[in-house]
Order: sequence, then structure tokens, then C-alpha cells
Amino acid sequence: MLKLISQRLALGLVTLWAASVLIFFSTILLPGDFASAMLGQQATAENTAAIRAELGLDRNVFLRYTDWLAGAAQGDLGLNWASKRPISDEIGPRLYNTFFLAIYAALVAVPVSVFLGIMAAIRQGSVFDRGVNVGALMTISVPEFFLGYLLLMLFAAHLRIFPVLSVVSANTPFFKHLYIAFLPMMTLVLVIVAHMMRMTRASVLQVMASPYIEMAYLKGLPKWRVVVQHALPNALAPIVNVIALNLAYLVVGVVVVERVFVYPGMGQMLVDAVAKRNIPVVLACGLIFAVVFITLNIIADVLSIMSNPRLRHPR
Amino acid sequence: MAVATETKPKPKAPGLRLFGHKMPISAQIGFLIIFLNLFLMIFAPMLAPYGEGEVPTNLEKWAAPSAEHWFGTDAIGRDILSQLLYGARLSIGLSLITTCLAFVVGIITGFAAAILGRWADMVLSRFADLILSMPTLVFSLVIMSVIIPREEAVVNATGISNAFFEGMVIIVVIGFLYAVPVFRLARAVAMNIVALEYVEAARLRGESIWWVIRREVLPNSIPPLVAEFGLRFCFTFLLIASLSFLGLGIQPPYQDWGSMTFQNGQAIFSGKPQPLFPAGAIALLTIGVNLVVDWLLSIYSRAHGENA
Repeated sequence: MLKLISQRLALGLVTLWAASVLIFFSTILLPGDFASAMLGQQATAENTAAIRAELGLDRNVFLRYTDWLAGAAQGDLGLNWASKRPISDEIGPRLYNTFFLAIYAALVAVPVSVFLGIMAAIRQGSVFDRGVNVGALMTISVPEFFLGYLLLMLFAAHLRIFPVLSVVSANTPFFKHLYIAFLPMMTLVLVIVAHMMRMTRASVLQVMASPYIEMAYLKGLPKWRVVVQHALPNALAPIVNVIALNLAYLVVGVVVVERVFVYPGMGQMLVDAVAKRNIPVVLACGLIFAVVFITLNIIADVLSIMSNPRLRHPR
Repeated sequence: MAVATETKPKPKAPGLRLFGHKMPISAQIGFLIIFLNLFLMIFAPMLAPYGEGEVPTNLEKWAAPSAEHWFGTDAIGRDILSQLLYGARLSIGLSLITTCLAFVVGIITGFAAAILGRWADMVLSRFADLILSMPTLVFSLVIMSVIIPREEAVVNATGISNAFFEGMVIIVVIGFLYAVPVFRLARAVAMNIVALEYVEAARLRGESIWWVIRREVLPNSIPPLVAEFGLRFCFTFLLIASLSFLGLGIQPPYQDWGSMTFQNGQAIFSGKPQPLFPAGAIALLTIGVNLVVDWLLSIYSRAHGENA
């Protein structure tokens, strides 16, 4: 098993490196010169050259890439072209806010979806099961901003329980932060619960069809014990896997949700940087999103290797 | 199968059927939603109470829904319902073209990888792994950040309109990104078929690779690809809507449903329902397609012909 896991980790490192290459060079390979594009109508030979020199665009591409990667590995993401400040300083609080939101949503979504999935599997074919399934299909299909606006409309604009704008700063107290981020969190929860719940239900049902479960029934165990003690441990691998994959999705889902609620996270930062042509910030945000996404995917793989008894105890 | 139905004529079960399979109520609702959307999209100019981008004479900003304006008006007094009907063409049309591009590219490369094998398969598959390891929305944002600053230069150099350029960018970027999962599926499906005897027979007969793809592999991989098309359409539709919602897709004066949601967004803060209509239209169509896809997948996951 250790061999499998170390292979997977090595592959993950290669993927991370390849992703950094892909992100960096996709901003270079496209035709056209960035400096003159940025200046637009005002572009002359002199100021284009000045901008290129200022931003370091006149240096060799590979040198720029290795500098960027070496810097990023040490936590130095370069200078923001607009504010001329180090991106690492600006991104810190944003990163905290985004992780706050994602972890908040995960802590609510994971228990809820596992519970709902098991309930639906126990009562397969019942009204509850079908209701949960229809609900899941609905929330899977719907765009995040629709759910977000719906919640805003109901709970912020009409019922006035929650604030309309999710404005937080570095010195917002923890519990106030929880309260302000409640609606964005709920939106994310609604989006990912459906998928996790469906997978939980499917994997529990698959295990429930095996002979040893029938044996457990025949020796007279109550249904909940059969499910929780006998079926669940064997259904755990796909469940853990899908949870990790959904957490990866969560990190990306925040981009749209942050926009809906005007929540100051990394997603907002990325979108603003794209609109304002601030390439270093785009690169930094893109790299961080990709690293988190790929890391969670690797964790999903490693966990599913570890939770498979056949791989854990090799012959 | 044909013989079986001849010898034992079955009484036709009531209810709508497609491909010889009875349609459950959910799939019927799905088809209803899809056809309603296509109908409204095609006949938008006849159905819309106001013209495209027209500001009604009794200018009223942020009007609440009424008999005159069913869905109210937006920030500059345009009728939301009319905008929605016209926006359907851009939203659905663009997604359809993008999905088709993704399919053409994905199927050709997928089949090529399966049939050629060896290094072509190796290179394409590793590249696919890499693209799939990246979050799609973030990666498309990174690419957009490079393309957007070059818009002026391209428009000036080629003389195409800005709107055409933006549309093309969306089609090409998302089309190629989503060609990757299609490639994966097409490759897997074709791998299974290529291993069968009749393909080997055709190759031993000396048929060209192109003939083998067209006559042997393609017809047998249609069913899973149809379901994938529906699914891929949903993803494309949602991704384009998300990009437009983030203000990076379709730009004014043109509007698709995503950018309509974005532009009417602030209204929600004062409790006005305007942005919910375009967002709801996106949600409704995606639900409809998903209902149909769910049914198609359930057919093909059953044993072939079991229920036919």
C-alpha cells in the first residue's frame, strides 16, 4: 500500500508542476504582445519598451518561469501591477476568507449529506427517498448564482435575518464572521450536498446487495445496525473519495458565490484581476486554486487507497 | 430482437415511447422544458412584447412585474421578458455550438487515440489528464485574462465586430476545454469496440482507418455519446453562464442569461426579483436536460435490449 501511495504522491507532484507550466505558459504562448495590448491606443515604441522593462517582460521566458516558480514556492508571488505591492501580502486575508467559507460549508455539508444518503438508502423507494432524489437533481442542475440570489431575496431582502452584503474584514470577530458568511455557506452547501448524498446512497445500496448483509438480516439484527455496522464500513471508500472531490469542487465554487454575496475572497480577487488585466495576480490566484484543487484530488485518491481493506492488508 | 417481436407481438404499453423505451414522467417533463425553450428561442421576435434592447416609451426603471411587463424592467427600463426571449438565442445557441465543437474535437481525438494506440494514445491521454486536473472555471479565467487585453488589437486588425470576437473566444476556449472529457469517453468507448472481432475483421479486410471509424466504431458508440452530449451541454451552458455572470463572457449591448443576471444583480439587494428570472431560466433548462439525460443513462446502464 505504501508503494501505491508514494506512487500517487509522486504523480501528484508531477501534476502540480505541469499545472504551473500550463498556467504560466498559457499566458505567454498566445499571440500578441502584452505590454502594447495593455497600453492600447496610447502605445508608442518608447512607453511599450518602458513597460516591458518595468514588468520584466523583456527577459527570457524560461528565466521568468523559473524565477516565478521559485518565488511562488517560497511564498513570494511577485508584485501586483496595479497597486505595486507584493501579492503575497494582499492575498493573505483573501485566502483566509475563502478557506473560512469553504471549510464552514464543508463542516455543514459533509454530516448532512452522509446522514441524508444513509437515510435514503435505508428507506429506498420511499417518499423520503424519492423526495431527496428529486431535490438532489434540482440543486445539481441549478447554477450557484440562482441559489445565491434566491437565498438573498428570501433571507436578506425580505425576512432581513441576514445582511445583504457579506462584508468582512481582517478584524471581524469569529462568530460575527460565521453569521455574515451564513448565506454564502448555505449556497455552497446546497450545491454540494446533493452530489455527496447521491454517492453515499449509491455506495450504501451497492453494499446492501451483498450476501453478508442478507446474512446479517437473517440472524435478526435491526436494520439500522445492519446499515451502520455492516454496510457503512465497506461503503466508506467511495464516500470518502466523493467527499474529497466535492471539497475540491467547493474551492472553485466559491468564485461565483463570492461574486453573488460580494464576499472578499480569492475568487473575487481573481475575477477582478482578469477584468483589470492584472496578469501576476491572475497567475497567483490561478496557481493557488490549482494547487488546492489538485492537492484535494490527491488526498481523495490516497484516502480511497487507504480505506480499501484489500489494499491495506496486501497478501 | 426483431425476430422476437415478430413471433410474439407485444401489446403496446400506453405512454410516450422513444427508441422503443417507455418514457417516465420525469423524462416527459424534461422534453417539455427543452421543446418549450427551443420554441421560445426560435419564435422570440414574434413572441417578445418589445424589440431587442428597446426601451418602452413609458420609461420606468426597475418596474415591478405587472400585466404590461410580466417580469418587470431593468436598470434602464427595458422589458425583462423580451430581453430574456432574445437572450435565449445567444445563451442556448452559443452553448450548442460550443458543445458541438467539443464533440467533434473530442470524438476525433478519442477515436484516433483508441485506434492508433501507442504513442498517440499516450501523448493525448497524458495531456487530457493534465487538463482534467485543473479546475475548469479557474483555467478558463486564466485564459480569458490573456485574451481580453488583445481584443482591441484583433478587432482592429481583422475588422470583425467585438461581439463576434467575444463569441468566438467563448466557443473556442470552452469548446476545447470540454473536448477533453469527451475525448476520455470517446476513447474508452472506442477501446471497447476496437477490441471486438468485427472491427478486427474489417481491418484484416484492408479497410482504411477512416472507414473503420465511420462504419464500425461510430454507429456502436452512439448511445453513450448521446447521453454525454446532454450532460456536456449542461456543463457548457452553466460555464458560459458563469463566465457571463462574472462579467467576462458576453459584453453589452448583447445579453445572454448569465450577463442579464449579472447586470440586474444589484436589484436583489433591495428585494426586487429581476435577476431571478434569467437565473431561473438557466436553472429550468438545465433541470430539463438533466431529467432527459438521467433517463437516457438509466436505459443504457440496463442490459441492452432487456426492456425493449
